[in-house]
Amino acid sequence: MIELISLHPLLTAVVALVALSIPFGALLGFAAIRFKTEGNPIVDQIEDLLPQTQCGQCSYPGCRPYAEAIANGEAINKCPPGGEATIHDLANLLDVEPLPLDAEHGAQDVKKVAYIREDECIGCTKCIQACPVDAILGAAKQMHTVIADECTGCDLCVEPCPVDCIDMLPIATTVQSWSWQLPPTPEEQLKRSHIIATDRQPEVSA
Amino acid sequence: MSLLNVSSPHAHRPLSTATVMQLVLLATLPGIAALSLFFGWGTLLNLAIAIPLALLFEACVLKLRQRPLAFYLGDYSAVVTAVLLAIALPPHSPIWLVAIGIGFAIIIAKHLYGGLGYNPFNPAMVAYVVLLISFPVEMTQWAAPLSLIDSGAIDGHTMATPLDVLKNNNSELVADLFAHNPGFGRWAGLGWEWVNLSFLAGGCFLLYKRVFTWHAPVAMLSSLAFCSLFFYDGGSSASKGSPLFHLLSGATMFGAFFIITDPVTSAVSNRGRLVYGALIGLLLFVIRAWGNYPDALAFAVLLMNFAAPFIDYYTQPRTYGHKAKQPPSKEESH
Amino acid sequence: MNQRLPNTLSNNMPKTYPTPGGVHPPQNKAQSTSRPIQQASLPAELVLPLSQHAGAPAKAIVAVGDKVLKGQCIAQAKGSISAYIHAPSSGEVTAIEPRAIPHASGMQDNCIVIKTDGEDNWCPLQGCEDFSQLPASELVEQIRLAGITGLGGGGFPTAVKLISSDTQASLNKAIDTLIINGTECEPYITADDLLMRERAQQIISGIQILQHIIKPSTATLIGVENNKPEAIAALEAAIAEANANNITVVSFAGKYPSGGEKQLIQILTGREVPSGGLPADVGIVCQNVGTVAAVHDAIVLGKPLISRITTVTGQACAQPQNFEVLIGSPIAHVLAQAGFDASACQRLIMGGPMMGFTLTDTSVPVIKATNCLLAATEAELPSPPPAQACIRCGMCAEACPASLLPQQLYWYARSKEYEKLEELNLFDCIECGACSYVCPSTIPLVQYYRASKADIREHKAEMHKAEQSKARFEARQQRLEREEQEKAEKRAARQAAAKAKLAAAAQAGGEQELDPVQAAVARAKAKKAAKAAAAETEAGNSTAKPETKPTDEAN
Repeated sequence: MIELISLHPLLTAVVALVALSIPFGALLGFAAIRFKTEGNPIVDQIEDLLPQTQCGQCSYPGCRPYAEAIANGEAINKCPPGGEATIHDLANLLDVEPLPLDAEHGAQDVKKVAYIREDECIGCTKCIQACPVDAILGAAKQMHTVIADECTGCDLCVEPCPVDCIDMLPIATTVQSWSWQLPPTPEEQLKRSHIIATDRQPEVSA
Repeated sequence: MSLLNVSSPHAHRPLSTATVMQLVLLATLPGIAALSLFFGWGTLLNLAIAIPLALLFEACVLKLRQRPLAFYLGDYSAVVTAVLLAIALPPHSPIWLVAIGIGFAIIIAKHLYGGLGYNPFNPAMVAYVVLLISFPVEMTQWAAPLSLIDSGAIDGHTMATPLDVLKNNNSELVADLFAHNPGFGRWAGLGWEWVNLSFLAGGCFLLYKRVFTWHAPVAMLSSLAFCSLFFYDGGSSASKGSPLFHLLSGATMFGAFFIITDPVTSAVSNRGRLVYGALIGLLLFVIRAWGNYPDALAFAVLLMNFAAPFIDYYTQPRTYGHKAKQPPSKEESH
Repeated sequence: MNQRLPNTLSNNMPKTYPTPGGVHPPQNKAQSTSRPIQQASLPAELVLPLSQHAGAPAKAIVAVGDKVLKGQCIAQAKGSISAYIHAPSSGEVTAIEPRAIPHASGMQDNCIVIKTDGEDNWCPLQGCEDFSQLPASELVEQIRLAGITGLGGGGFPTAVKLISSDTQASLNKAIDTLIINGTECEPYITADDLLMRERAQQIISGIQILQHIIKPSTATLIGVENNKPEAIAALEAAIAEANANNITVVSFAGKYPSGGEKQLIQILTGREVPSGGLPADVGIVCQNVGTVAAVHDAIVLGKPLISRITTVTGQACAQPQNFEVLIGSPIAHVLAQAGFDASACQRLIMGGPMMGFTLTDTSVPVIKATNCLLAATEAELPSPPPAQACIRCGMCAEACPASLLPQQLYWYARSKEYEKLEELNLFDCIECGACSYVCPSTIPLVQYYRASKADIREHKAEMHKAEQSKARFEARQQRLEREEQEKAEKRAARQAAAKAKLAAAAQAGGEQELDPVQAAVARAKAKKAAKAAAAETEAGNSTAKPETKPTDEAN
């Protein structure tokens, strides 16, 4: 046996590898069947992080399709409504580097809500058909109105309106919704204090 | 006058980081004085080289990192690092040794990690260990006490420190060592005992000024005292030295009040600091007694620097209104 | 370090419990305690924000041009957590419009503006001589109608916190201890101190009303820091006078923030309010002394809450003192009476120097929660220097009364790691400011926590909205599918019907030759139906949404 091995080292190696690969391949194949996962949980996880505006700005027809695309390797920076926060969360989930928002798909804007100028509305129902979350109330030849709480600010109703009576209004900050902002980071603060600290007042620190 | 619009609180305690650092510098003075008195002006020489070099290195790195110089130099942290390293180095260290040490401390141990507050290891101790490993000869030649040189009791200007002597002792009773060896004084090493007492005084000043809490130093000193008492062995030839000897030898007091109290690299909570200090005391004794190095403060501190975040994690206090301590769960699971 | 609280002031003194953390900022209280409480003068205009309490804004029930009398209700509570607002003086409603209100944002909000007529005519008041005859729920309702909110600074509607004895069982919250907060630990503020000194009888009377409502089974404690000996003496004298032996004044060595509700509860009872819970969950109701005095006024005298005691202090005030101020008085009007020097004032704070917020406009009114106006000079409260690096000194953790890890929270707040922040119990932070106060690197820690809390709340709201949107989107998709299916089914049904008719007509054609006219009509109808059906099938195939109505003629 040993002689055989020393005589045909190459052959032995090939035989040994083949002998190993068969049981391991069988094991893997078994595992793939035994532990098969239904659906694709990663898509669900990705979808949970997307803002569900269904706005299509990512060029996919909704959040679910974009989630599926991300799971298949699409870039994570194509969701303007989600903005930096969503990219950050996606990067964390998928363990990739966060990218800056892809400007091609629009910039992150302030939160907006659709508003129908009701005097001008002709009741054509086109916006109702366009709204992905059924947040517009109305019927044919009846004035329409937006359920502001349900509106995702996706913009999709603006385009179909034949009389241009839909405005996207930014959601105003009220006393109730106002909050403190994070203080400038030390880096920003230093940029600001750079002038003061080095040029004018050398002893700010004390 | 336009009215300020800022977040509360509006009142602030007048104790700034710069003040903390200045107080630490002030508190090292008795120790430096004692070192100079007993071992000559070598430490002062170290200081004279180390401080300007530290400021220079700091300024260069800040310039490279495009940070405002005056603002950061004004926090005195570079000076503190320089002073601590200068004290730790043997008196009369060559200029290049000090320069390498300071450069390593400021550039690598401090700024490569992100600057003050971000460094996981005490910069002075990192530099000390780097020098000790790289230049063992220069680093182990401690100046002999002046009184011995003047009286001609020894030849040359350097000699083994008492910790060294005790470590390599395998024939004499401790009492005999104290009686015969010129390097020993009343309680510990000649000169060393006073240097340690001076650092103790400086440390008490800082405690009084509430620059740090008593937890870490007291824990370290008690654990060192306890360990040495346990292995004192009545002063036989195999003795590891009395508690008093250990407390007043080498870098004990300097370490207890000026190194392990470095907030950046130590544990944060008071309970954590008790653990942190006690483990440093234990490590210090273990290395002194059975390790390769006569004194081991730097190693003990660096090892515990590693463990500090871990200690912090397990000594989280119970938040008001929460039942039991948070279970350390779902942590770094991947 | 934590000071053990001395429990040895007198032998029958109840035990007090140590609390973690805390700081000792300079008190600065003596400036304003040397003068007695003074009535502030009547301003020409009163501005009453509809939202000056915690909870939903009140709803105005007067219109512009209405004449109102002092004490008349001008706005109703909206919802359960809200408060009534009353006219602080007689006059005419001149506007209901957004005005600058005292809020950290410096924003405007809806206010009722009353132009005073200088006569100060009261509306008819109905006091109650003997409140013990009234049922608890009736008293709670009266307190609610009087618009009383927490006067310690929080502004929470008082009636909501008063769980009357008859509802305790049903709510499963047996209240055993009533705590009256006379601690006032914030520097500079002396409004409660002066109130206790001068109006101790009112406070005791108010406490008796609350006792009647709540019926605490164990104790009624008034917590006062021992730096207010005059107040303690006055309270004890009033207790003796009223023969109210079941009320105990507990004094203890103070630190900041021992006057926080949670902290005071811990000091007096050793209990902790569970995270996210209420004092009632541990059998306690806690009220501020000012609130208690207001309860006395409301029940015994029938007066709603239209004025409060406010400390006006700071180096920019020549005569720092306490005023009894009508709610709605512009603060410029109040400050002027204390000798305010606008040019010296660099920071104008509503509240104390630890938790108050800055005002940039002196036209804003005094509201129910305004316990102090602090007009500070630059020397007094210097501008914050730029924040230095955190050196992890741990002073913040030592100062934190909630035993949080402020510096860890700071790191995570900076990197916006919301999960970590919640894990470290960010939401148990009471924003007392002790950590920022001691931070040697002058890092505005509290601002980090406030911003992070707001971000987390917003994030959660967004997640919630996303979930909702998703549900609606899916519902819509289902609806569209269903409609499509229904239409297809209808089409199929129609086609089948048409065919059947055709067949029937053909058959009928053979049998009923008696009526050729009728047969012709039926044939025509059948043909028409068949055509329509064919057209519809085509239309159905070409467009996804056929909106054409099926012709009924076929049937």
